[in-house]
Amino acid sequence: MKRFARFWWDFVIGDDWRVAVGVALAIAAVAALHHRHVAAWWLLPVAVLLLLYVSLRRAARA
Amino acid sequence: MTTSAVFLVLSTFLASAVEVVETLTIVLAIGVTRGWRATLIGVAAAVVALTAVVAALGPALTVVPIERLRLVVGALLLVFGLQWLRKAILRASGFKALHDEEATYVEELEQARAAGQERRAGLDWYAFTLCFKATLLEGLEVAFIVLTFGASQGSIPLAALGAGAAVIVTASIGAAVRAPLARVPENTIKFAVGVMLTTFGIFWATEGAGAKWPGGDVSLLGVLAFVTLGSLALVALLKRERLRVAVA
Repeated sequence: MKRFARFWWDFVIGDDWRVAVGVALAIAAVAALHHRHVAAWWLLPVAVLLLLYVSLRRAARA
Repeated sequence: MTTSAVFLVLSTFLASAVEVVETLTIVLAIGVTRGWRATLIGVAAAVVALTAVVAALGPALTVVPIERLRLVVGALLLVFGLQWLRKAILRASGFKALHDEEATYVEELEQARAAGQERRAGLDWYAFTLCFKATLLEGLEVAFIVLTFGASQGSIPLAALGAGAAVIVTASIGAAVRAPLARVPENTIKFAVGVMLTTFGIFWATEGAGAKWPGGDVSLLGVLAFVTLGSLALVALLKRERLRVAVA
């Protein structure tokens, strides 16, 4: 069971779980802005690029 | 064919092609050293298992309302695509070793020669299990992409067509040359697949969260350009960082 869970974790989440958490928060922010009738289509592309930048900097320094 | 349908076929084709190249390297090494019977039975068993997964989950996914599906699939695809893109950027900037099929082939050959002989069900068990696992694991990524792309786009058969074409083309070339396909620009293709998965993930997750893209499907091209240019900028930035560290 543990190995099965580990496999799916590696398969979907991969090396940096912070990216997955960041993506989830960014999508929640898009939904929240849309709920308040604010145009939010621009948010996810910007958030993704920032998350990628931070994750890559961390990997490069390691 | 719409913009998103073209991207759908292209993405599943490229993603499948790189996975088949990797699987082919292992299958060739095992087949050459251990014989082809157990090797090909292992591959066939994995293909049957993967087909069953797609056939079982495909119709189930089409029942889920499209908005919810795009939110979940978009988020999953985005996290999954960012993994590909992250590794591709690290490779392109020199922070991670490039994937080398020749080296993998030699390594697999040595391991296959050194492995003992164990027969189960009349098969060379080492050859069977290794080829089954390799095909299943690489194929799962393809199945995941086919199911998520196909379901969100409302066309699993079109996604499967792209993947199937890649399997036929790449496996035929591999069977003809009987050598690892080292000349396939694997690292570049992985970069392109990472960009495409991330682009679709952003597009669908945003729609799934309720927001509307200006211009509808056409804005997919804008997202693609943004992700491509952003990724190339990150490669350049990391290359500069690497040079700075090397000089210091």
